[in-house]
Amino acid sequence: MQRNLFSYIWRHSRPEQIVILILVVFAQVFYFLSLSVPKSIVNNGISGNAFKDAALIPWGAIDFTLPGFLGGFHVHLFDGFTVDQLTYLVAMSFVFLAAVVVNGQFKKSINTQKGRMGERMLRRLRYELYDRILRFPPAHFRKVKQAELATMIKDEVEPLGGFIGDAFVQPMFLGGQALTAIIFIMMQNWLLSIIVIVLLAVQMAIIPRLRRPVLVLGRQRQLSARLLAGRIAETADGVNEIHIHGAANYERADISERLGHIFRIRFELYNKKFVAKFWNNLLSQVTPFAIYLVGGYFAITGQMDVGAVVGVLLAYKDLPSPIKELIDWDQQRQDVQIKYEQVIDQFQPEGMMAPELQVIPDGPPPPLGHELVLSNVTVSEDGRVRLLDNVSLSLPTDARVAVIGGSGSGKDVLGQVLSRLVQPTGGSIKIDGKDYLEMPEYVIGARTAYIGQETYLFPLSVRDNLLFGLKHRPVAPATYDDATKVLREAFWREAERAGNPPLDPAADWIDYELAGATGPGDLLPCMVRALKHVELDEDIYALGLRGAIEAGKRPDLAEKILTVRHELHGRLQDPAYAGLVEPFNVDKYNKNLSVAENLLFGTPVGKDFDGDNLAADPYMQTVLKEGGIDRDLLHMGLSIAETMVELFSGLSPDNPLFEQYSFISADELPNVRLLLQRLGGKGADAVPEADRARLMTLPLRYIEARHRLGLIDAAMEDRLLAARRAFAANLPAPLRGSVEFYDFELYNSAATLQDNILFGRLIYGQAQAESRIGALIADVLAELGLRDSVIEVGLEYNVGVAGKRLPATQRQKLGIARALIKRPQFLVVNEAVAAFDGRTQDRVRDHILASSEGRGVVWIASRPSQAEPFDQIVVMDSGRIAMQGAKADLEARGGLYAELMASA
Amino acid sequence: MNLNEEVEILKGVPIFAKIEPAKLKLIAFTGERMTFNAGQELFHQGDQGDAMYVILGGVADVLIDNDKGGQIAVAEMKKNNFVGDMAILCDVPRTATIKARESLTTLRISKDMFYRLVAEVPQMAIEVMRELAHRLEDTNKKLREATANKAA
Repeated sequence: MQRNLFSYIWRHSRPEQIVILILVVFAQVFYFLSLSVPKSIVNNGISGNAFKDAALIPWGAIDFTLPGFLGGFHVHLFDGFTVDQLTYLVAMSFVFLAAVVVNGQFKKSINTQKGRMGERMLRRLRYELYDRILRFPPAHFRKVKQAELATMIKDEVEPLGGFIGDAFVQPMFLGGQALTAIIFIMMQNWLLSIIVIVLLAVQMAIIPRLRRPVLVLGRQRQLSARLLAGRIAETADGVNEIHIHGAANYERADISERLGHIFRIRFELYNKKFVAKFWNNLLSQVTPFAIYLVGGYFAITGQMDVGAVVGVLLAYKDLPSPIKELIDWDQQRQDVQIKYEQVIDQFQPEGMMAPELQVIPDGPPPPLGHELVLSNVTVSEDGRVRLLDNVSLSLPTDARVAVIGGSGSGKDVLGQVLSRLVQPTGGSIKIDGKDYLEMPEYVIGARTAYIGQETYLFPLSVRDNLLFGLKHRPVAPATYDDATKVLREAFWREAERAGNPPLDPAADWIDYELAGATGPGDLLPCMVRALKHVELDEDIYALGLRGAIEAGKRPDLAEKILTVRHELHGRLQDPAYAGLVEPFNVDKYNKNLSVAENLLFGTPVGKDFDGDNLAADPYMQTVLKEGGIDRDLLHMGLSIAETMVELFSGLSPDNPLFEQYSFISADELPNVRLLLQRLGGKGADAVPEADRARLMTLPLRYIEARHRLGLIDAAMEDRLLAARRAFAANLPAPLRGSVEFYDFELYNSAATLQDNILFGRLIYGQAQAESRIGALIADVLAELGLRDSVIEVGLEYNVGVAGKRLPATQRQKLGIARALIKRPQFLVVNEAVAAFDGRTQDRVRDHILASSEGRGVVWIASRPSQAEPFDQIVVMDSGRIAMQGAKADLEARGGLYAELMASA
Repeated sequence: MNLNEEVEILKGVPIFAKIEPAKLKLIAFTGERMTFNAGQELFHQGDQGDAMYVILGGVADVLIDNDKGGQIAVAEMKKNNFVGDMAILCDVPRTATIKARESLTTLRISKDMFYRLVAEVPQMAIEVMRELAHRLEDTNKKLREATANKAA
């Protein structure tokens, strides 16, 4: 990237800049007109100078002689009219208005063009910086803070965008304006113009000098803000450490110190800025002072007409702003040049990858080759510690090799070198004679896979993470309708203008062949297989049961789930499952649902009926009132309140039992107790109006089977059922979308798959009810061949930031599955299973080996005993290969191998 | 069975006998009533303990694994007994398997809940201590007999 911002801008926006410059030049003509017309209006139109000799004068003739360099022809196009003074005034006033309008149009057009060019350049710059991040050598990320990179691309280059539009145009435009104004003044009176020019020169000399310290401070401000961003990100990353070690106040001290530093810089910046402003204003007002004085003198003594003085003043009125803006521009130029340098310096680390390594392939990736040869590969940190020391190794790409060694033996570095995460500082790696380090990334990405000890997951769905390694190129373009297609094509054209690649993320990027599928249709079994290899299928299945689908979008699956529901309810008739599930029955009160759920008898959609909102809903309140249930609820509320006061009164307010079990929060309990005392057993009728609403909400959360207060008898059940029916029957149209009613024959899109299948509630307090019903559901799903479909729903689960919505072991398993689904020709597993328990480690290893029959696996073992089933074993020690050979071979030789095996 | 009936049963359980009714009601309310069918296990020997159970109705067998991979019944538990307290008191794996002989109703008190209740109702701790002391005395007695038998 060019270090000079101007050459960068010029290089990428030359044609646009030229167009704008031409517009600017044309604009000057009308600007000059808008200056000279007022003079004619005052002198001829108002003072009537031109009408002293004749009542009528010619006006509007288009008749002029071209300048000498254009041939000196005389042009006569139009004779014009003869006008009297009043007509002249009117006509000239309209000419003035027209000039102003045209001038404004030019300005608008110029500004739009500038804006677009500036935004384009900003887009280009941001893209180039991001592109560079993708080409940073991996080791560089140990030195930079990600928050700082983000701040630079997001915030620090932003002012550059604003400036880029003005980089060339502004000085031209403003300079042109100033020049026009000065020429105009010169034409009126040379003495005035000399005074103006001298005073301007003084301004232009002094003001930038005053502003220099402002620039220095501005630079400091930018750096300190960047560091602050980095520091805040550190706090977020290390928040557990801060809490564990009780270091929060030390962190506070550090931040306060930094903020103080930033405050000092910013405040000083203000001071300096306003000092500069003061002088700026003063100097710019000296000129009109001179014009008034000198011009006034000339007018009084008759050496200049009043119109000319007004013209000069008008010209001058416009002059300080271009001059001031020119000075501003110059300051901004220096400022953005510094910012630009400060940013791009951070984006050119040593050892950037060549862009050719990341070319986009135009077809399926070629095979990797047959043999990987490492010769004298050395990796050293800062030239001192040798992590790998002259390692020479020949690895057929279909070899199955285990690497063992103690910690610090360099085995993990070897794994990283094989996957190109670490660049050797010496030696070479060749594949079939070609430089392995020069192979394009897509070949490495498609044909090899690496799994380290930690896995990063993107905050996308499980599916998107799983398929991440298959997306090397758009395999098939996205299909758009004609209107969208036109829009998309315009979008890509714009992208290309800003130097961005016209790639479509909505295209199908999945390399099905790599996964062993032929297309989107048979990808699911491949995904399930990969999940099975790492024993993650059960977890994803469980996520699927807890997931929801839109019946409108997946009518086929919704239909099948209904079949499962029917089948399950058939099997629940078996006495073995008696008393485990209470199905939803519209004509029966469900003791395992809360009162609210019984009333609604459906799944809330959106917020209208969700949680406590149900009680507050005006429609629900009418239904309750009309059914006379409000009094019943008040009675129940009172009785619950009494029980709660009895149970929880003695407890300390911070006891977690409150939160878990009480219907009334610890803060509210004393108030409720007072209320009950005031009532003194007078019953529900005596409850003051103000307290009724609160008491009535209490029973809505009451679940008879769970809370067992015996509040709902058969009569009450009937009344609640009547309310349920009334609620559903008269539901106003605007609220119909707010609830999906339970209906045995309909799929409920608002509920999870599991709730749809179960269509009922587990009965409270039945031992192992959940696991037995879970097993039954699994059986039915498996028999109907729907297990994979449930997994497919589970694949849509969003794993959250860095995959944190999944437990650590599941994250790691997903990371391994992501590598396995590519069916890599050469797989490096770098202590990737260490997080699992011993038996899982061995099982996953065996699955990986079984699934990659005929392909290469390099297994960096966290425990030497894992090396058992491998053909070849490499023993490492202090960055060197100590021994190498088949298992039997090494056993015979003993030495370090025997030591490691004995310690395992 | 509603809360008040459960409280009546709890009053008959030795460790709860001396606790005031309001607190008993709290225990019943916060505990989870759990029923087991004949043959279902409350927990298995060697599992990690997460809860204790007060038997409100029915009979359960206490089984211990023997050397041959089978189980021998060493005791039975019935209404008013409680089981599973050892594992939650001293974080050891379950020392026996408890299996419902007939339909069994229990009040399940989770480990967290147990400690919170003890904090709120110190009387309960004393009763648990008393019960444990009884069992220890019982064990000592059996040990004495066993050693005496061996010596003889």
